[in-house]
Amino acid sequence: METRAFQKIYTKLTQITKATCSLNATGVGYDELAMVNGRLAQVVKIIGNTVTLQVFGGTEGIPTNAEVTFLGKAPTLKVSDDLAGRFFNAYGEPIDGGPAVEGEEREIGGPSVNPVRRKQPSELIATGIAGIDLNNTLVSGQKIPFFADPDQPFNQVMAMVALRAKTDKIILGGMGLTNDDYLFYKNVFDNAGALDRIISFVNTTENPPVERLLVPDMALTAAEYFAVDKNQSVLVLLTDMTLYADALSIVSNRMDQIPSKDSMPGSLYSDLAKIYEKAVQFPAGGSITIIAVTTLSGGDITHAIPDNTGYITEGQLFLRRDTDIGKVIVDPFRSLSRLKQLVIGKKTREDHPQVMNAAVRLFADAANAKTKLENGFDLTDYDERSLNFAKDYSNKLLAIDVNIDIDEMLNTGWNLFNKHFKPEEVGIKKELADKYWPKE
Amino acid sequence: MSTKGKVKGIIANLVIVKADGPVSQNEICFIQLGGTGLMAEVIKVIGEDAYVQVFESTRNLKIDDEVSFTGHMLEVTLGPGILSKNYDGLQNDLDKMKGVFLKRGEYTSALDDDKEWDFKPLAKPGDKVTAGDWLGEVDENGMPHKIMVPFAYTGSYQVKSVAGEGKYKIKNTVAVLIDTDNKDVEVSMVQKWPVKVPIRAFKEKPRPYKLLETGVRTIDTLNPIVEGGTGFIPGPFGCGKTVLQHAISKQAEADIVIVAACGERANEVVEIFTEFPELEDVRTGKKLMERTTIIANTSNMPVAAREASVYTAMTLGEYYRSMGLKVLMLADSTSRWAQALREMSNRLEELPGPDAFPMDLPAIISNFYSRAGYVILNNGETGSITFIGTVSPAGGNLKEPVTESTKKAARCFYALAQPRADSKRYPAVDPIDSYSKYLEYPEFSEYIEKTISDKWIDQVNKAKTILQRGKETYEQINILGDDGVPVDYHVTFWKSEVIDFIILQQDAFDKIDQSTPVERQEYMLESLLDLCNTDFKFESFTEVDNYFKRIINQYKQMNYSEFKSEKFNNFEKELQSIIEERRVA
Ligand SMILES: Nc1ncnc2c1ncn2[C@@H]1O[C@H](COP(=O)(O)OP(=O)(O)OP(=O)(O)O)[C@@H](O)[C@H]1O
Ligand SMILES: [Mg+2]
Repeated sequence: METRAFQKIYTKLTQITKATCSLNATGVGYDELAMVNGRLAQVVKIIGNTVTLQVFGGTEGIPTNAEVTFLGKAPTLKVSDDLAGRFFNAYGEPIDGGPAVEGEEREIGGPSVNPVRRKQPSELIATGIAGIDLNNTLVSGQKIPFFADPDQPFNQVMAMVALRAKTDKIILGGMGLTNDDYLFYKNVFDNAGALDRIISFVNTTENPPVERLLVPDMALTAAEYFAVDKNQSVLVLLTDMTLYADALSIVSNRMDQIPSKDSMPGSLYSDLAKIYEKAVQFPAGGSITIIAVTTLSGGDITHAIPDNTGYITEGQLFLRRDTDIGKVIVDPFRSLSRLKQLVIGKKTREDHPQVMNAAVRLFADAANAKTKLENGFDLTDYDERSLNFAKDYSNKLLAIDVNIDIDEMLNTGWNLFNKHFKPEEVGIKKELADKYWPKE
Repeated sequence: MSTKGKVKGIIANLVIVKADGPVSQNEICFIQLGGTGLMAEVIKVIGEDAYVQVFESTRNLKIDDEVSFTGHMLEVTLGPGILSKNYDGLQNDLDKMKGVFLKRGEYTSALDDDKEWDFKPLAKPGDKVTAGDWLGEVDENGMPHKIMVPFAYTGSYQVKSVAGEGKYKIKNTVAVLIDTDNKDVEVSMVQKWPVKVPIRAFKEKPRPYKLLETGVRTIDTLNPIVEGGTGFIPGPFGCGKTVLQHAISKQAEADIVIVAACGERANEVVEIFTEFPELEDVRTGKKLMERTTIIANTSNMPVAAREASVYTAMTLGEYYRSMGLKVLMLADSTSRWAQALREMSNRLEELPGPDAFPMDLPAIISNFYSRAGYVILNNGETGSITFIGTVSPAGGNLKEPVTESTKKAARCFYALAQPRADSKRYPAVDPIDSYSKYLEYPEFSEYIEKTISDKWIDQVNKAKTILQRGKETYEQINILGDDGVPVDYHVTFWKSEVIDFIILQQDAFDKIDQSTPVERQEYMLESLLDLCNTDFKFESFTEVDNYFKRIINQYKQMNYSEFKSEKFNNFEKELQSIIEERRVA
């Protein structure tokens, strides 16, 4: 980043911590950027003449006589159609060897949409994965994370979802991506011939963790450009938000803030909400949909990061290995799409809500039967049937390798009900059962 | 001369201002930033330094930027035109703002100065009046909106004149009062009131006792709330707090509904914006939006304004209560409000209480809940604010400060249970843990005896006992195995399942099932208790499951049908014949 010619240069740091440094300076604006010995930093606190800077690249090796200059602006991104097909780092600088992008310079982390100007999301996003489309239908303008342990193939599923979803742009915000996963995304997008509608902002594990804090805002500023200025539908992929939150805690702990649960800053909810709430359906037709990844440790969703995320997002997609069928499934109990009501049975066939609920209820019966079995009790005929149903249901619908359209998912559901149960055991509204229950 | 100041320190939205004169706690000031004023509230004063929380982003703010103090606390504007409005937490009219994005420092007026209202006088010259007394009324969306002696007027006044029937704008003078010094005081239709101060223009606040029908069976039948009552809905994310609150806001028999979307999702507010202008209030035939005001301070809007939003909503509620109306106020989620307090308290480096929440959190919460209630106004009329808040406990653990503090303040507890939500038993209100203290009020029993029946409370308790026994039996079956217990155990368990499926569970998205009038609830409870009192004959436990599933299925079809319609009656007949199959005479 260039500095302005007449800029005052400060050379005396008064304090250095792992992620921040302080100095005496005047005329500095809150949130303003600065360079500390060539590293980008941002103003996070001003008390009188003392300015505290958060150094994105970390403070390793920063001396007390480091050169500090202020850039007179908050972080920005230059936006134009030329962003398409390009790979950038957390600062919005190209990392694909191409030229810098020219365009209008916009501050990242801009204002929120006036809630009365939002449109209610109503466009279904089909992925072909029944664990999503049937049980947890996605809608444009929605924000939803995958909750998954680090060993789950969430990046693969997310790439698949992104490519199948019919959106104008896909923006990848990678935070703490391993180089391998970065190359994986690059290859998948390349092979799909989709590179021209993809924009990536990537912070890999090789980059300093605090830099990640810029990634979601960079990605979303680009998203707002395409969604607002160009009325396009934009899908933003954010992976891994747990690593983003970890970076937040590094900074806040260095600033002596009182941590709340799990050493996370007390503002974690608001910090995450500011990002996720950028998902929106605009009145003029553009939309921003956010699919994120929140990695869990040992499946624990009560940890502050997934917990706060769950309170913000419109549902979550929970990936888990189903040992009965040896495949990864979208767990129907813990997954939820809260916007599905807006489309199921409306944009999809009328029987969708009831088939979905009935199947999940029967799957729950199977889970109870399984507990009985594990506790050494005899199973009833119904228990046996529900266990068999569960296996079929996992294989034919819940597994992430399923790729069929929604009508076919519903038909599969009815066939499984018919195969294993009597209509009264399934408990679906009579009109629907009369119409859709397979006739022998 | 009003006090001025200069910025001395900035930590996110906490700004330290050096003031050149007197400032008071909770005073509002404006910080000048490049031509716009950012609104802020004083939350602490040390010497000349006023610590203010800014209701906006402080990006680009600099040391020495100018500040001007206003001499008053955060106020709302009260007058006709509040209904159907969408406000932010500071009562800015969101619809009046330009553009798709919110602009920092853009404040819009809460009411419409140019709209004309049909005024009718209620007081006459010579009347003695005090704050809150009715001088006249205008028609606001079909609601009699009283024009009152402003709440800020202390002492007593004499009415000199009241405007005659006619059309007036809110700022027109509609009455002239004479104060004790014999001076004329002109009263218009608009007044201001500080949100953090309760409006106390009423004679007394007796214990509430009248059932407030919500149409939600698990509330009305099992744990009823009353007009002027308080309740809260804690639950882990995704368990149905918002859906339940929306259901209540649509169906409850209230005159006025105030929804405070406090730090939650914008799309959920959009849902209200989209649906309420279309949906009808079955009691009045008017659109729901006409009786509703929305305070939207969603999670991405400024945190300090989020803290203010619940007070703004409560003050609007108190205003309408003073008109003798039944107000229902909902806040989703009060935890976000508490978190806003926590963020600020941490920035102020106050000594933290449990989970880093401010030490006085319990007091703040109970103070807030105490503003709800049923009141008898000075003229003998009654009004009420029923308040139901949601709580979002961290990690879903109810042993956390916000839940525990709220439990002490609210009288109804609707605990949402994760396992119920996981198995899609919506609304996921736990029938055993939840309670309504109002069931213990003798006033309430008396009222119910008169309005529903003298058997009702007894029946409700029976239903609760059946649910409790069902749960215990289920645990026994799980320990001892299906055939390790007598067949009777299965019957007991399944009878409780019928009550669970037919009363507790309710499909919020089905046109008919979503709202059940009390009359219908009474009918169904009676029918279910009859079923539970019936003896059935079974050879083995395997027959029990299937049989009761058929019964549940039949009842469910009834729930999905118009009450006492032909369809309903047919399902009921079929149900009777299923019951006869195994009934022991
Ligand atoms: N009564 C109901 N009938 C059918 N579905 C329901 C019902 N209640 C809740 N749900 C389902 O549960 C989802 C989550 O509900 P809701 O948004 O009310 O949860 P919440 O408790 O408010 O969560 P959060 O704390 O994250 O805001 C809904 O989107 C819906 O799918
Ligand atoms: Mg909610």
